[in-house]
Amino acid sequence: MSDLWDNALPGFWSIWVIALTLITLVLVVWVVAANAGRDAKSDDEAPAGSTTGHEVDGIEEFDNPMPRWWFYLFVATVVFTLGYLALYPGLGNFKGLLGWSQQAQWEEEMAAAEARFGPVLDRYNDVPIPELARDDQAMQIAGRLFANNCAVCHGVGAQGGDGFPNLTDDDWLYGGEPEALLTTLTQGRRGVMPAWAHLGEEAIEELTQHVLALSNREHDAARAQSGAQRYASFCVACHGADGTGNLALGAPNLTNDIWLYRAPNQSVADAIRQSLTEGRSGVMPAQAPFIGEARVHLVAAYVYSLRFKNADGD
Amino acid sequence: MQKAPPRIASPAYSGVYSDVYNYKVVRQFAIMAVLWAIVGMSVGLLLAAQLIWPELNMGLAWTSFGRLRPLHTNLVIFAFGGSALFATSYYIVQRTCQTRLFSDRLAAFTFWGWQAVIVSALISLPMGYTTTKEYAELEWPINLLLAAVWICYAIVFLMTLKRRRTSHIYVANWFYAAFILTIAVLHIVNNAALPVTPMYSTSLYAGAVDAMVQWWYGHNAVGFFLTAGFLGMMYYFVPKQAERPIYSYRLSIVHFWALIMIYMWAGPHHLHYTALPSWAQSLGMVMSIILLVPSWGGMINGIMTLSGAWHKLRTDPILRFLVVALTFYGMATFEGPMLAIKTVNAFSHYTDWNIGHVHSGALGWVAMITFGSLYHMIPRLYGRTCMYSTPLITLHFWLALCGTLLYVIAMWANGVIQGLMWRAVNADGTLMYRFVDAVEASHSGYLVRLLGGLLFLAGTLVMAFNVYMTIRAAYNESSRAELEEARHQEARHEA
Repeated sequence: MSDLWDNALPGFWSIWVIALTLITLVLVVWVVAANAGRDAKSDDEAPAGSTTGHEVDGIEEFDNPMPRWWFYLFVATVVFTLGYLALYPGLGNFKGLLGWSQQAQWEEEMAAAEARFGPVLDRYNDVPIPELARDDQAMQIAGRLFANNCAVCHGVGAQGGDGFPNLTDDDWLYGGEPEALLTTLTQGRRGVMPAWAHLGEEAIEELTQHVLALSNREHDAARAQSGAQRYASFCVACHGADGTGNLALGAPNLTNDIWLYRAPNQSVADAIRQSLTEGRSGVMPAQAPFIGEARVHLVAAYVYSLRFKNADGD
Repeated sequence: MQKAPPRIASPAYSGVYSDVYNYKVVRQFAIMAVLWAIVGMSVGLLLAAQLIWPELNMGLAWTSFGRLRPLHTNLVIFAFGGSALFATSYYIVQRTCQTRLFSDRLAAFTFWGWQAVIVSALISLPMGYTTTKEYAELEWPINLLLAAVWICYAIVFLMTLKRRRTSHIYVANWFYAAFILTIAVLHIVNNAALPVTPMYSTSLYAGAVDAMVQWWYGHNAVGFFLTAGFLGMMYYFVPKQAERPIYSYRLSIVHFWALIMIYMWAGPHHLHYTALPSWAQSLGMVMSIILLVPSWGGMINGIMTLSGAWHKLRTDPILRFLVVALTFYGMATFEGPMLAIKTVNAFSHYTDWNIGHVHSGALGWVAMITFGSLYHMIPRLYGRTCMYSTPLITLHFWLALCGTLLYVIAMWANGVIQGLMWRAVNADGTLMYRFVDAVEASHSGYLVRLLGGLLFLAGTLVMAFNVYMTIRAAYNESSRAELEEARHQEARHEA
């Protein structure tokens, strides 16, 4: 195989595509060209504007020649087609004389963008995050990166939503310090709460009342009491004996009345019941493979900076 | 076939109770075309309003945009467009072949079967049943019914052609025949699926192949349903209404064959810069560019047929509908190949430009040529010489034209705004706008589009009134005629 051919299609199908394409083009050219001429008959014998002699339901047909400009337009499109199919992939496995591919085009455009925008971002690579978070110019860029890449889940104001953590408060699932933020952004996170439906409805209800009690919400004291025992057997490993959670596991704090999973208009008790019954599965995608280390660094600083915004605002 | 064709021009044969031609099924489809136009366009209007005021989703799953949008496309394409194609094809094939439809019972089955398909769509799409294939959303039991109806349609139409009493097949019938045969193939191949439950199935194809089959279907639904079929309409009603011969028989042959050969290849331009192999994308693009020429062949033949009859445009709003339809056809078939060029497509795809392009075809071409044809045909189906009111036709014409222009221009503007905003980047390489910024920038365009749609629907309602009054007058008159006939008989008895 020469450089101009690849083997994306099995040989037969490549030939099939080439043959079918060329035969169609030849047939179309033949149909148009064969009828394009002002043949002698219509010029010499038939007077201008004569009809074919067909008459159907009162409709007659002239036998005018096809407009020349229309014919030349046809020729132009066919010439363009043949040229395009010579230069670009189109005829089966033939890669085209330019060796173009959409993958290569994408890579080129990405490389060009990186060459242009990379230096703008790389300036900040060595600035420590707490310092970077105070750099207004850097935070403008980082805010736009956040809007492009993060806002779709965490919201434009970074206040999260049902299943998506609020990044503006001081409650952190995996920690809000620079190193923790970088790890979260670079590698992503997976937060899994197992489903406990198999314990039975009464157990779920007791646990729900206990969790409500942990955050000082209105609860059924008797059931919360029995729930405490169940909590000690099933929940304590992740959420801790006092219910304050575990940063290493991403287990939420249950005592601060902040609820990660709660649908609009859903009561807190119902949200807890649902979490216990069905379990929860949260995914923060790893960003480094998509946006690169330099942008991750800036976004981490942006998330870090949100705490000042709140403080400054107060 | 060899017999000299009988002259069937006398009014006695074209009255309400014509026994030469089967006009009953034509009348049924023509009336349903008007009704479905109103329903389908009303749903479109609601959707246009929902894009401005999302509260109009009404918080109900079955009135949400995602479920009503396929309902709108199905209603306007298959219910309105389909009924119009059935009506005109049955009318034209009988008149140009000077023979009655092959089978009245089969034709009646196609009418009731087609309406059953539409009603099923009307129920199942808002309920959320969908195959997710665009313009082929109906689930498998409905698809089977549709296939059965379509095969019967092919039998009725082709057997009528075969029994023609004229020497050659008029060009309108070639286009109808190509449309009917190709849609049968497209529908059956694209909807090939494995039924899982009574209202759920999975496609027989997977991945990029599934996408390619879908857009091979999707683009040819445009090419054969919305183009070839309506060209058939054009080739009969334009020379009829202009009372001029077709400009060029030769051109009609050439552009017919070129059109049906090339259209088949154009589908991949819907999948530029996707996982579809590059060779298929390239072929889709170049064939789309060639397609400009055969498409324009139809426009030239239609417009040039009017030469020598231009003065009639001053007085005949029906002819105006037909000419404007051809103009929009020419514009849309120029725009299509341009949008199929990869570089342009990278900008325009996924923007409102496509919505504008589709509607310049759907409102400007398909609906306008249908309105003109219905205005010509409906009086004749009821033994009348003209519609109830010509000024109302003129009013409808201006409402439809202004509506279409507002709609299309608003969507062009929105498309360009969205395309520019989506690709604008800051000096640091971040996107200049969030997605929602482009949505906000589209707001005024959406308002203009709603106004355009409102005008267009208002025009359709004017037509419905005009059609109703025409038919009422016909029935009043024929019952008067029947009364007189009865009196005559009585008088003869007494004598």
